Amino acid sequence: MGQTFAQKVLAAKAGLPRVEVGQIVDVEPDVCLSHDNTAAIAKTFAKIGVERVKNPDRFVIVLDHTVPASTEEYAKGHKEIREFVAKQGIQAFYDVGVGVCHQVLPEMGFALPGRLIVGADSHTTAYGALGAFSAGVGRSEMAALYATSRIWLKTPASFRIDVRGKLQEPVTSKDLVLKIIGDIGADGALYKSVEYAGEAIEAMSVSSRLVLSNMAIEMGAKNGYCAPDKKTFAFLESRARATYAPVYPDPDAVYEKLLTYDASKLGPQVAKPHTVDHVSPVEEVEGTKIDQALLGTCTNGRLEDLHAAARYLEGKRIARGVRMIVLPASREILLDAMREGLVEIFLRAGAMVLNAGCGPCLGAHQGVLAAGEVCVSTANRNFQGRMGSNEAATYLASPATVAASAVTGVITDPRKAVRGGGA
Amino acid sequence: MIEGKVWKYGDDVNTDVIFAGKYTYKPMTPAEMAEHALEDLDPTFAKGVKPGDILVAGANFGCGSSREQAATCVKASGVAAVIAVSFSRIFFRNAINEGLPVVELASGTSMIAKDDTVKIDFDQGIVTHKGKEYRFPALPREVLAILNDGGLIPHVKKTLGSAKT
Ligand code: SF4
Repeated sequence: MGQTFAQKVLAAKAGLPRVEVGQIVDVEPDVCLSHDNTAAIAKTFAKIGVERVKNPDRFVIVLDHTVPASTEEYAKGHKEIREFVAKQGIQAFYDVGVGVCHQVLPEMGFALPGRLIVGADSHTTAYGALGAFSAGVGRSEMAALYATSRIWLKTPASFRIDVRGKLQEPVTSKDLVLKIIGDIGADGALYKSVEYAGEAIEAMSVSSRLVLSNMAIEMGAKNGYCAPDKKTFAFLESRARATYAPVYPDPDAVYEKLLTYDASKLGPQVAKPHTVDHVSPVEEVEGTKIDQALLGTCTNGRLEDLHAAARYLEGKRIARGVRMIVLPASREILLDAMREGLVEIFLRAGAMVLNAGCGPCLGAHQGVLAAGEVCVSTANRNFQGRMGSNEAATYLASPATVAASAVTGVITDPRKAVRGGGA
Repeated sequence: MIEGKVWKYGDDVNTDVIFAGKYTYKPMTPAEMAEHALEDLDPTFAKGVKPGDILVAGANFGCGSSREQAATCVKASGVAAVIAVSFSRIFFRNAINEGLPVVELASGTSMIAKDDTVKIDFDQGIVTHKGKEYRFPALPREVLAILNDGGLIPHVKKTLGSAKT
């Protein structure tokens, strides 16, 4: 009987010929990620009473959540992390300004096919887009990893999501993943390893696949895999830190569920307040007045997302009374956006361009919402109170929908929007 | 090997009924948490539970939020193990890392009723109920070691401490 991607990676890492669904393995992850929460993790680690991190080369720490520090308390946390990293000799430390962890790991070549990656952040699922097995873990578990480098994992059952046909521009992977989450629910793939496959996935860029894997956690999944291909290898060519061996599911692998979608029939989707699975076609919420538009985050803050948005903003003005925030996922992306003239398009349209980081996505700073305000955002979560006031509301959508809405001041179907010059 | 009296519940016992959201931001000791264990599911549980009792449920036990207190309060109430058809991922991890044994009996738990006695053999992976044996995938040595040491952090302390001497 064939094995799924999850079975094959976990068996390889556990040094076993095969593992069954439900089987627990004791493994050593290739990469362990943490961010601003490293300050708290380091405190738990201190309680264990071990002086040194066992294998500092396995850890990547990225400061991204509140960068640069917006309060004295955050500044203190960052300082403690810098001291911890220096003391423990952790080389892979990315200080404020480099980017959001889920972009930095792929960009810096840590997220590789066949690797096992764990992170003290729920969107660690993102690296499945490059063919890694990557899952979120708790903070105490990360502290234990500092001490032992090992963790136990349970082999999950798998879902296969087959997406046939072609996405019709301006519909993107964000609309697709919102549609899937809306259909199966926020716990629809609880604990499962999700394998995305089919023509539409093969046609996607690595950036678009990162959106699918990033949001796998929003349907409860442990992992969200896309098969590595020529595009993956090209993306990694100048980046990969190590050699890697791609892992593919067997053709006769056993899946708990098979879901099929037709990409060619899909229109723009929106997740309404206050849950990610509260999804409807954009038509249903068209005309909803907005106060803020957020383009970016680890979900949709890549160059292709900024390009998609710029098509609606070039030569246009953002609607009166609307604040538009552009939050690139990394410094590299911001540099590319500058070179390609996108930053100028955004600024001329009246948007603000922030340094790479998380800030407004989690309501930490730089664009929090007041009571009664509405935001349309390209992020991955719209839980009540996440972006500021408990009485604010966030709609999640694609970069095209967000940009088209910023221009009109109401949620707008990008298919009906008038595009700016050039594009 | 443990043997205990059963408290029996159904499918989808979520973390809200195991440990209510209204308590999650109140600082409480595990013993105080135990006083509210399963409060919204079975008000008689917290008062009636005896050390060594076994909680048995249906599918998807511990679904809902990631709150660690759901595992902490069950453990602190004296429950020796939880048997369910399946667990939510986070509850399963939290339980083991808190030192609360969890048994996944995929074949079903409907034959077990409240106040029955069940026996669990963790090494062999066998639940015995009314003379019948039901198999479950035995936990590997490493995970059993975490359970036996009372949870992840004490376990790591112990293994590394003994490694030093
Ligand atoms: S951008 Fe948002 S979702 Fe992504 S890591 Fe930062 S806070 Fe989390």
